[in-house]
Amino acid sequence: MPMVDIAGKDYEVDEEGYLVDLSQWNEDVAKYMAVEEKVELTDSHWEVVNFLREYYAEYQIAPAVRVLTKAIGKKLGAEKGNNKYLYELFPYGPAKQACKIAGLPKPTGCI
Amino acid sequence: MLHIVNKSATERSTLESCLRMATKGSAVLLIEDAVYAATNGNAAAAKIQAAAADLKIYALGPDLAAWPGACWTESMSWITAVLWIWSQSTATVSLGCNLN
Amino acid sequence: MSDMDEMEDGSGIVKKFMFLNRKAPHGTVYALEGLEVVLITAAFDQDVSMVFTDDGIYQLMKGIDTKGIEVKDFSRTYRALEGYDIEKLYVDQASLDARGLTEDDLIVDVTVLSVDEMANLMAEQDVVISF
Repeated sequence: MPMVDIAGKDYEVDEEGYLVDLSQWNEDVAKYMAVEEKVELTDSHWEVVNFLREYYAEYQIAPAVRVLTKAIGKKLGAEKGNNKYLYELFPYGPAKQACKIAGLPKPTGCI
Repeated sequence: MLHIVNKSATERSTLESCLRMATKGSAVLLIEDAVYAATNGNAAAAKIQAAAADLKIYALGPDLAAWPGACWTESMSWITAVLWIWSQSTATVSLGCNLN
Repeated sequence: MSDMDEMEDGSGIVKKFMFLNRKAPHGTVYALEGLEVVLITAAFDQDVSMVFTDDGIYQLMKGIDTKGIEVKDFSRTYRALEGYDIEKLYVDQASLDARGLTEDDLIVDVTVLSVDEMANLMAEQDVVISF
């Protein structure tokens, strides 16, 4: 599997660029992945990224986008729990891009 | 002789076959899905317990840990948990790690 | 995008899928792979039931600790099923009994069924997939 150098440290990623070992994740990794995905990280992005990491810690999976949207709505409010808001933050798919930045595997059944 | 069983006794008959063939004084080590058989209330537990009169029964610790240990009571003292068995490819049994 | 169009056309069809989980969680990959299939099926808005019978019941045990055997503890993923709108979880009473277990030993809320009830439920399905 390919290796990438992030802030002087080597990380293993899969063929689509997702971090292989979740436990290696840190903010440098998130920033690197964000640049790869052409996403400029703001507090709103971090809110979603952190939410995903908590979700994964709790359930051991990366949620499908529909599930993510619903769960975000419950936790952060209806104005954030909708496709429009999440796609504005992550134009190429909130589950896909935000998961990558959060160091999670690609969601099962991800669209 | 050390017999190692890794299939669940409620799915396959490997444990039963093993207990039938094992000669007095032999050791039977349960690993992977076979450890379920040594849990309280499992239909196979009584068979192993009966066999423990003639055999030394062991179960691999990490596999047991993956099974929530609500069952580990005094009545299970006929079984010994082994913390770890494999050192590289050599199967050496490190004995005597009693469950607590 | 013809595939997408076909899916759109067929979106009104909802079939009853039953996933039958019969194996212990860690000795083989069946349980984990089966769970992935269930999660994918859920994305297509189908009527999904999950049944746990025989050693499959061990997948739902509370307090599993897989650190020592270095595999993923996916038992917690069953608690995410609600978010995927999969709320029909059934357990076979006889399988619980044969393992000295009760509903209280399980990580999620389930409906415990007798053999007859399970047989009827199975007969109602359009598709039964066994892992």
